[in-house]
Amino acid sequence: MAESNSILNPNGLGVNQRHDAWWLSPLLTFLGLGGFGVYSTWAAFQGAHYEWGPYLSPFYSPNIQKMFGWSYPFSFAFVFLWIPLGFRGTCYYYRKAYYRAFFLDPPGCAVGEPAGRAYRGETGFPFILQNVHRYFFYLATVVLAFLWYDAVEGFFFRNEITGQREFHVGVGSLVLLVNVIALSGFSFGCNSLRHLVGGKLDCFSCTANARMRYKLWGGVSILNLKHMEWAWVSLFTVGFADVYVRLCSMGIWHDMRIF
Amino acid sequence: MSTRTFKIFRGDKEGGKDVDYNVEVEEGMVVLDAVHQIQRTQAGDLACRWNCKAAKCGSCSAEVNGKPRLMCKTRLDDFPEGETISVHPIKAFPIIRDLVTDVSWNYEVNKKIPPFTPRKDANWVMYQEDMDRVQEFRKCIECFLCQDVCHVLRNHDKKDQFYGPRFMVRVASLEMHPLDGLDRTKLLKNEGGIGLCNITKCCTEVCPEDIHITDNAIIPLKERVVDQFYDPVQMIWRALTGGNDGNKNPGLQQKD
Repeated sequence: MAESNSILNPNGLGVNQRHDAWWLSPLLTFLGLGGFGVYSTWAAFQGAHYEWGPYLSPFYSPNIQKMFGWSYPFSFAFVFLWIPLGFRGTCYYYRKAYYRAFFLDPPGCAVGEPAGRAYRGETGFPFILQNVHRYFFYLATVVLAFLWYDAVEGFFFRNEITGQREFHVGVGSLVLLVNVIALSGFSFGCNSLRHLVGGKLDCFSCTANARMRYKLWGGVSILNLKHMEWAWVSLFTVGFADVYVRLCSMGIWHDMRIF
Repeated sequence: MSTRTFKIFRGDKEGGKDVDYNVEVEEGMVVLDAVHQIQRTQAGDLACRWNCKAAKCGSCSAEVNGKPRLMCKTRLDDFPEGETISVHPIKAFPIIRDLVTDVSWNYEVNKKIPPFTPRKDANWVMYQEDMDRVQEFRKCIECFLCQDVCHVLRNHDKKDQFYGPRFMVRVASLEMHPLDGLDRTKLLKNEGGIGLCNITKCCTEVCPEDIHITDNAIIPLKERVVDQFYDPVQMIWRALTGGNDGNKNPGLQQKD
C-alpha cells in the first residue's frame, strides 16, 4: 500500500467524514445564544420600559430602584444581571453548547478543530473558573426568589379609581408565571445542586439523613435529565417576558385581562 | 435484495486507501454482515475485529459514515437508499490493519486505577438504591467508542494527560461504590486529567449502552474534585472538622 493513510487522520477545522448535518446544531446554538446575548445586553442598557402595571421585566429584578429609592448613573439591571449570566455561563449544559458553537472545541462529534491551538480544557485560566458554578447557583437561587415574588405580584393590579390592590389575571401575569416556572425547572435541575443534595454521598442507605438526601437527589435527577430543554425554554421565556413588559410599557402591545 | 456500495479502508500504518465494494444486501442486515460478506466473497484478507455480533463484546467498533459506532448494531436501513456507506477504523488509536486498531493503551490506563478496596468497617449488606448508579457503569462493554470520539484524545492526542471517558466511568463506579474505601479525586485531578474534559458530551452520544457518561460519571466526578480542591467553604470546613484535606495520602487516602 503506497498511498498515505492521511485519509484516516485528517486534521483542521470542520474536517470530517460524517454524512449528516452535524453543523446544524452548533449553528442553531450560535444563533440562539448569540441572539439572546445581543438582545439582553441591549435591553439591560436601556434602563427604561422595564415595568408596566404590576409587571416587572426579569432583567430588572429585584427592582432596587423602587425598593430603596436609589438612583443609579447607569441602568440598574447590571447590579444583578451578572448573577444569572454567570449561572448560565458556568452551567454544564451551556458549557457544552458554547464550547461547540463558539469555540469550535470541537464543533461537532468526530469533527476537526482549528489547527495549532494549545488545548488546556478547564485546567487553566479562564475556564478553570467554571468550578465556581455552585456559587453562582447559590446566588441565582436568591434572584429566583425575587422573580417568584415578582410573578406573584404580577397578579395584583392597582385599581385606578379606588387605589386598592385587586387580584386579576392578565396575559402578562401568565407570561411572568410561566417564566419563573421555567427558570425554576432549569435552576433545580442543576448538576451542582444534584451533587450537593445527595450525589456526593457514596451510600444512600446508611443513615436516615442519607435516605432523605437520596430522595432529593432523585428529584433533582428527574429535572436534570431534561436540563438542556429547561435551559432553552427558560432562556426563551426570560427573553420573551422582557419583550412583553417592554412592548406593553411602550404602548405597542396591550395587555389582555383574562380575569 | 438490492446492491449497496461500501467504501472500506484497506491499509496499515504505512498507508492505505478506500476501496469500493458492492454488496447484495437483505432486509435486517447490519454493517458487520456486509463486512463479513465482503470477506467471504471479495476480500478474504479484509481484517476486522469482531466476536459476539450482539453488541455485547465491544469488539467491532468502527467509524461508519464518519461516526463512531458498533458495526453489529448499525443497521443498513438507517442510511438513505443508494448512499455509499464508508467504514473506517476508529481514529484515536494506531491502526494495525484495515479495520483493526491497537487499543492496548486503554488497558495500560486501566492498570493505573486503584481497584475496588473495601472499607475496613464494611458492612456487606447493600441496598438497591446504593447500587443503581454503579450498575449503570457496569454496563460498559469497553468498545472504546467514547475514547475514540473524545476530542481530547482524538484531536488533541492528550493520552499522556487524560484517561478518557471510559476510565472516568470506571473511576465513578469505584468512587460511588458504598463499600469502597479509597479516595481517587486527587488521582482524577492530576494523572487522570479530568479538567481537560470540557463536557462536550460526544462520549454520551456514541455510547452503545446508553450510559449517561457525562451527566452520571464525569460531571459528578468533577463536582467531587471541586469539593476537594476548588470550593473554599468546603476546604475550610474540612480544616475545622479535621476531615480529609486531600493531601494526607495523595490520591489514595481512605474515605472517612
